[in-house]
Amino acid sequence: MTLNVMYFAWVKEKVGIGEEQLSPSDEVKTVSDLMEWLKTQSPAHADAFADTSQIRVALDQLHVPFDTTIGEAREIAFFPPVTGGAW
Amino acid sequence: MIQVQGEPFDAGAEINLFLTHNANSGGVATFIGQVRDFQEQESERNKSISALELEHYPGMTEKELERISNEARTRWPLDDVLVIHRHGRMSPGEPIVLVCAAATHRGDAFTACEFIMDWLKTQAPFWKREHSETESSWVNAKESDDTRAERWSKTD
Repeated sequence: MTLNVMYFAWVKEKVGIGEEQLSPSDEVKTVSDLMEWLKTQSPAHADAFADTSQIRVALDQLHVPFDTTIGEAREIAFFPPVTGGAW
Repeated sequence: MIQVQGEPFDAGAEINLFLTHNANSGGVATFIGQVRDFQEQESERNKSISALELEHYPGMTEKELERISNEARTRWPLDDVLVIHRHGRMSPGEPIVLVCAAATHRGDAFTACEFIMDWLKTQAPFWKREHSETESSWVNAKESDDTRAERWSKTD
């Protein structure tokens, strides 16, 4: 499976890039699995995903929980909790 | 209608246009979110913030705003909904977001407008960054926003 993996805000800064095409191993089934696998990809990835309590995820542009199966999804994005304007 | 844009917008002109499109609605509620005067707000941190930057997730932002707007339409009898949201760098006093809700009765318009704002703040993929002359920092999410959004959770 080839996934378009996207990062936003400080997750992007820690990883060092905004987007990458990745083919995770077959053991990667869920969002949690993918985060664990990403940590093994580089020290920058490991740093970005060190505390996943501060990370949220969207699968094919929909918010999903970590136990979601990636399945046939093409795009996954990791980012901090959203922070719109200050009202 | 949903508009996500980098350019500034004229909230008054947009509201006027919305009114002409919805001349038969009895009530129109509007909300405008503006960039605050940072220097007053951030004085305790003893730094002067000169600009605000909103990063967003192109594609998902539009989808989320559409979803929130559709959810409002299923919950209240609305004639029309408009959401305009900016991204990128902006200065104090500029409008960031405009929400307009048109309905036959004012109650539905007021409530829908508030619902859209509360959901938008916790669901729409925007991340705020504050710039000062020497540094820039990401703003953390606030629990009070989650609490406001949870008020709208359906119990049925």
